Amino acid sequence: MVHVSMAVNGRHVSADLDPRTLLVQFLRENLRLTGTHVGCDTSQCGACVVHLDGRAIKSCTVLAASCEGAQVTTIEGLAAGGKLHPMQQAFQDNHGLQCGFCTPGMIMAAVDLVNREGSHLDEAAIRHGLEGNICRCTGYHNIVKAVAQGAREMAAAATPKAAE
Amino acid sequence: MSATGIGASVKRREDIRFITGKGHYTDDINRPGQAYAYFLRSPHAHATIGKIDASAAMKSPGVVAVFTGADTVSDKIGAHIGGVTITSKDGTPMKVGSFPALAHGKALYVGDPVAVVIADTLAQAKDAAEKVIIDYGVLPAVIDTASAATSGKPQVHDFAPNNTVYNWHLGDKATTDAAFAAAKHVTKLDLVNNRTIPNAMEPRAALGEYDPGTDVQTLHTTSQNPHLARVVLSAFQGVAPENKLRVIAPDVGGGFGSKIFIYNEETVCVWAAKKVNRPVKWTAERTESFLTDAHGRDHVTHAELALDAGGKILGLRVHTIANLGAYPSTFWSIVPTWLYAPLLSGQYDIATIYVEVDGVYTNTVPVDAVRGAGRPEATFLVERIVELAARETGRDSAEFRRQNFVKSFPHQTPVVVTYDAGDYPRALDKALALADYKGVAARKAASAAKGKLRGVGFSTYIEACGLAPSQVAAAMGAGVGLWESAEVRVNMVGTVEVLTGCHSHGQGHETTYAQLVSDRLGIPIENISIVHGDTDKVQMGMGTYGSRSGAVGMSAIFKALDKIEAKAKKVAGHLLEASDQDIEFKDGKFTVKGTDKSIDWVSVSLSAYTAHKFNGQELEPGLKESAFWDPPNFTFPAGVHICELEIDPQTGVVTIDRWTAVDDFGKLINPMIVEGQVHGGVAHGIGQALLESAHYNSDGQLLTASFMDYCMPRADDLPSFKVDTIETPCPSNPLGIKGCGEAGAIASPPAVINAITDALGHEDIAMPATPQAVWRAAQKAVTKRAAE
Repeated sequence: MVHVSMAVNGRHVSADLDPRTLLVQFLRENLRLTGTHVGCDTSQCGACVVHLDGRAIKSCTVLAASCEGAQVTTIEGLAAGGKLHPMQQAFQDNHGLQCGFCTPGMIMAAVDLVNREGSHLDEAAIRHGLEGNICRCTGYHNIVKAVAQGAREMAAAATPKAAE
Repeated sequence: MSATGIGASVKRREDIRFITGKGHYTDDINRPGQAYAYFLRSPHAHATIGKIDASAAMKSPGVVAVFTGADTVSDKIGAHIGGVTITSKDGTPMKVGSFPALAHGKALYVGDPVAVVIADTLAQAKDAAEKVIIDYGVLPAVIDTASAATSGKPQVHDFAPNNTVYNWHLGDKATTDAAFAAAKHVTKLDLVNNRTIPNAMEPRAALGEYDPGTDVQTLHTTSQNPHLARVVLSAFQGVAPENKLRVIAPDVGGGFGSKIFIYNEETVCVWAAKKVNRPVKWTAERTESFLTDAHGRDHVTHAELALDAGGKILGLRVHTIANLGAYPSTFWSIVPTWLYAPLLSGQYDIATIYVEVDGVYTNTVPVDAVRGAGRPEATFLVERIVELAARETGRDSAEFRRQNFVKSFPHQTPVVVTYDAGDYPRALDKALALADYKGVAARKAASAAKGKLRGVGFSTYIEACGLAPSQVAAAMGAGVGLWESAEVRVNMVGTVEVLTGCHSHGQGHETTYAQLVSDRLGIPIENISIVHGDTDKVQMGMGTYGSRSGAVGMSAIFKALDKIEAKAKKVAGHLLEASDQDIEFKDGKFTVKGTDKSIDWVSVSLSAYTAHKFNGQELEPGLKESAFWDPPNFTFPAGVHICELEIDPQTGVVTIDRWTAVDDFGKLINPMIVEGQVHGGVAHGIGQALLESAHYNSDGQLLTASFMDYCMPRADDLPSFKVDTIETPCPSNPLGIKGCGEAGAIASPPAVINAITDALGHEDIAMPATPQAVWRAAQKAVTKRAAE
């Protein structure tokens, strides 16, 4: 067993784990944060995307033990104080989800995309940026619209209004 | 139209839990003391199973049990049988056995479950599985669809000579042959409809539980139809009687047909939970999904189309070999027969059609319904051969189709079905305008100037959905009726629960069904809850597939609401001291005709339960009604999809430049959700046309068993879509709706291939048209053009 401690969604957690435990297993099975999904086990589909120290990673291919001392944010930690994150709201506004299984990973990847690339993303940049996440339901059309809206509103939320 | 009523693009209510990570999928459920199942699967496509030595595994840490096929047999756990009996043209029933929960004696495909290890943790189960020794005797396998029934091939089942499940036919051979004899032009086409893997993003999962106090077994599972799962597990597999078996399908992460069927792992988990007296959980790894979820398509077809001198289609002749895999699956036999051949008339007025279908066994996983199920295969054939006929006879693709369209309704086709309503020329005109068809020549020239090849492809498809009139289902050989049921429970304070036998796994029923109720009862949508997916709550149901949840499922709700309204009017009559015949109900208010005397919905609901204002012997207290809806006909959604794409002959890369869809789904409940269904269906079909193919090697190893080897469409493979509709109301249900879940997947593959062949100037390309295949075909096109 290996002792692991990290901050997940701002809460300090620790556990003694089988050394082969994956981060996604730790999140889902130990912490019961079941919003992070496993769609393929091989880092191809992106359903398991979470933020590790502020960067999007595929938690199905990261050992929990390698996250000692890290800050992890999952889909459950995205809505601050009960208010939806702009990207979450954008997915509902644009019908960017159907079965919902890929959605948490898609939203976490989209937030990371905006954090990395900025909010001025054209359609091609959004499509390229989501290449690591598979959705079988939507054909991506409305996901692309959602990410564009989410990016705009993340920028708006980050910029204090001049008049205020 | 109210903001939450029929026709409004209401934002989905179910989204909140999905975007915040609070969905409840099967693998999210955990029970105290649960053990984990790991399945040992045959690594061989065809092998005898000798001695299974689990003694070392049993001593492995954490192991609870190891079971094999011998255990299921000794417990009389039955094997899965197909749900539809097809009769061959010689009058004999199809040659079919059963699909054992755990293989015994022989394994018939790579992935066939042979044993299960149950342990305290999944890691322990996997560790122990490595210690199970299975003595396989490898046999030669039969894999190839086209040659499976030819002589000298390995035989999958002794009871099915030449690997033949059935030799089925439909239509009139003599009149069709006569049409060809009289034809001025005959177009011939050989087609392969490539085998695909459904790949819902949520892998299948099962959690079995047993309560010794009540003797009830519960199965949580990734199912599109929990009641159907319960009846199969009970009546056919003998797991438990229906009244002692509860099946719960919670949030399900996509189905696309693959979660209709009742699979071995579900049977084993619910059976084993009682045997080891602990909850038993299994969740597929993605490679298990590839190996064991029923695959789709896999047809090899020769077709011929007869034309007269003026371009009128006289007849169609088709021979299809359909790969059905190694074992029966739930709807397996009906997909390449009754869900295929009746659609071969397309949108066209064709006097005579004759189709023969040979279903064959191979040492591969069963092939069953995947989004569209038979109708994409029919549409691919019809739209490819019609396009080819137009090109061979020098006619415009759009105008040749228009000339042959069915123009009056109802229309009886020569292949059983009667189209009830439609307006095919109107959809075509709208699509041509939206796609700027007039500008194609200029855009082709602009592409050519850049060294690119541009092509335009049409698909004017029809489908049959809203499965199905139960007596028709019986005539097709189905073992079940295909009605749907609904229950509407009005609570004392006027809030409403609707319990439906359909199941939502992405379709948004919690929103659309509530819109119907809000519209009808005039109450706020937040006061309405939709309940589905639990056999202990919902009275009965046939589930969601075949685009049936609107046309059939909502019609059942509509019928139950009729009864609610009639009963509520009686209660209101007592409260208003008037006859119920004189009560009008509108916008949530009951009014005595011609007066200003009225009472609201909440008061009537409360009064129905307090029963203070009427005699309980004359009028039953309460306000709860149920209904079953058995549709009188299929519905016939139809439309026009136009794909315009550009090929880079240097790389073979295909870029879809514009996609135009004009569909006729009848009345729309929620246009936003309908458009989303079209987007997803089109993407699925583009995947089949350009990227996806299940490939077994000649030994029966699945070479495409991960997302690295099986190419799913990703965001940068696809364009944005231009989606519009026309509306001809469906006369076969009270809401006038037709169904939209599969249309995109049905329409799109031939549109893509017709566009690619248009760009290339030759027909020599098969699905999937990967960059490598297109590059080769483009070199041929360049050579051909240079020679001209």
